[in-house]
Amino acid sequence: MSSTDQLRELANRDYKYGFVTDIDMESLPIGLNEDVVRALSAKKNEPEWMTEFRLKAYRHWLTMEEPTWPNVHYEPVDYQSISYYSAPKSDKDRPKSLDEVDPKLLETYAKLGIPLTEQKMLAGVAVDAVFDSVSVATTFREKLGELGVIFCPFSEAVREHPDLVKKYMGSVVPYADNFFAALNSAVFSDGSFVYIPEGVRCPMELSTYFRINAANTGQFERTLIVADKGSYVSYLEGCTAPMRDENQLHAAIVEIVALEDAEVKYSTIQNWYPGDKDGKGGIYNFVTKRGLCKEARSRISWTQVETGSAITWKYPSCILKGDESVGEFYSVALTSGRQQADTGTKMVHIGKNTRSTIISKGISALHGQNSYRGLVRVQAGAENARNFTQCDSMLIGEECGAHTFPYIDVRNPTARVEHEATTSKIGEDQLFYCLQRGIEMEDAVSMIVNGFCKEVFRELPMEFAVEARKLLSVSLEGSVG
Amino acid sequence: MLEIKNLHVSVEGKEILKGIDLKVGNGEVHSIMGPNGSGKSTLAQVLAGHEAYEVTEGSVTLDGKDLLDMAADERAREGVFMAFQYPVEIPGVSTMEFLKAAYNALREHRGEGEVDAMEFLNLVKEKLEFVKMDKSLLSRSVNQGFSGGEKKRHEIFQMAVLEPSVAILDETDSGLDIDALRIVSEGINLLRNPERSMVVITHYQRLLEHIVPDTVHVLYKGRIIKTGGPELALHLEERGYGELIGEAA
Repeated sequence: MSSTDQLRELANRDYKYGFVTDIDMESLPIGLNEDVVRALSAKKNEPEWMTEFRLKAYRHWLTMEEPTWPNVHYEPVDYQSISYYSAPKSDKDRPKSLDEVDPKLLETYAKLGIPLTEQKMLAGVAVDAVFDSVSVATTFREKLGELGVIFCPFSEAVREHPDLVKKYMGSVVPYADNFFAALNSAVFSDGSFVYIPEGVRCPMELSTYFRINAANTGQFERTLIVADKGSYVSYLEGCTAPMRDENQLHAAIVEIVALEDAEVKYSTIQNWYPGDKDGKGGIYNFVTKRGLCKEARSRISWTQVETGSAITWKYPSCILKGDESVGEFYSVALTSGRQQADTGTKMVHIGKNTRSTIISKGISALHGQNSYRGLVRVQAGAENARNFTQCDSMLIGEECGAHTFPYIDVRNPTARVEHEATTSKIGEDQLFYCLQRGIEMEDAVSMIVNGFCKEVFRELPMEFAVEARKLLSVSLEGSVG
Repeated sequence: MLEIKNLHVSVEGKEILKGIDLKVGNGEVHSIMGPNGSGKSTLAQVLAGHEAYEVTEGSVTLDGKDLLDMAADERAREGVFMAFQYPVEIPGVSTMEFLKAAYNALREHRGEGEVDAMEFLNLVKEKLEFVKMDKSLLSRSVNQGFSGGEKKRHEIFQMAVLEPSVAILDETDSGLDIDALRIVSEGINLLRNPERSMVVITHYQRLLEHIVPDTVHVLYKGRIIKTGGPELALHLEERGYGELIGEAA
């Protein structure tokens, strides 16, 4: 998919901006130093302030160390052996048609019901630079434009809406926030920018899916969503198809800012390549996602379905600064094969009468290791803060593991914080009950697991929920003997 | 016809059933009675294909097909249904969704197409009347938060929908008050037909007042020690198991 994006972006750029650079695209050296950061910025025709931001981040990153506290194990990443500018693949390196694509992958696409044209894009088949969805995307953008909604590639926003980007970029996740955030801030490739004007209720789900032809996301994605006073937006990220990528390390940043009475729903389905059965070749997904409920009665809701990646390190969080603001986190994380996930959330209550809800469902199968890590902090000024956390784990088989690391830090006596946690093995008696009714083992497992995740799935937009269910079933195939 | 020959079953090395012979013809209702620990529920579980039980000897066939060679789900698709003594809760899975999956699995096995949601809804609504349950049941999670009586009625409702050729009712009367017992029994009686065999496992005679069996077997220490007509159940009600056990010992 990303190579298609790149192709598309290049096509656009050559035309629109007369993309000229004195560095040959293929020749950007592997590894990272200030020259590479500068070159990267130059390739994107970025203004000086953006280059400076990247350099500051890079210099800070040099002083930081990769975190070792997550409950995951992997070979250390050699940051000097990575290419920080992924040049588009030339057509001759790509499969010419679906006949040349791994049949296993195609089988999965078919099970997920992905249309043929999209299968081609996802599998990286060489396609014409113009395809049907472009016109759809264009109509879509025009409609949003009438409402004043900005939805564009991040790089475009840097050029076209510098004031908004300058004001909000890094305001929720500062470049010095953590090792991976600093790295992303230095070398981010592209991503999405969304601005919803005051009082506007975005009439459609904004989806990265719609602009898969229009932007290069790449391995260091950066997304910024700003919801102005009284506005509403629902944003969907990712898709259910297993996405392959030659870049093993992915370090994205998502920042959300919600102003007074604004509401943002952010839904993710993440299905990066998890590696083979021994865990080789899978994606490392080290993501920083955070939302700021900046003003009164604002509301941010994260819903995620995580089934992919070899390693997931991800804590979509809410800073509840505005009085009466609300933060929500609904998560399903499935680890099978050799997958490892350390995921959860942080809810930081600063304003008065702030509320947060955390519903986390972890499923481990085969050799999968699943950790929930959550922080609920109630600051001294957060009168009457409320949190409810429910954290359930399900184990399928004997070799997998579930772990829970809840941190609760309360500094105001009026706070009420509840934490419920359960761990269960998928019930032998439940399975037998289903089998006795004629339902096959795999269907039974998938039905029981989907039931277990229902509270999270019902937070997803309808179509996404249907996809998520299918995805879970496909991901669980072969997990029960 | 369900035919059990010289069935020996062990759990964790301990022999529970020690040579059971039983023939249940089409349209017949056989009752298996016996004191606690005699092996009644083991027999039900083995017939349904629970993997915790090891068959060490003997055979079980349904219309000549070897059931012991089939996994639990295959047996179910061949028409074996067990009403559970302790129906299992499946949180987040609606009764409708569960039953539709089961129904379609059976249809697929018979080479019939899946039914659509509307068609299926009409079918189940009709069957709900067998056990006097409300259609709100369909949107509730399977057995979750059901009362004891609702769980048992729900089992019979499922039987009505799935229309098995052999139904094994494992202590379906346990935990039922008089009214629920009557509803459940009426449901079962409505489901008696010339093609269907039923094995009714019970500790007490009271269920058999409502569902009059063709044959009654007394199971004790893993063996059938007495077989008779419905009058045998009445006899047991009056005299208890003691007398028979004495004879068997």
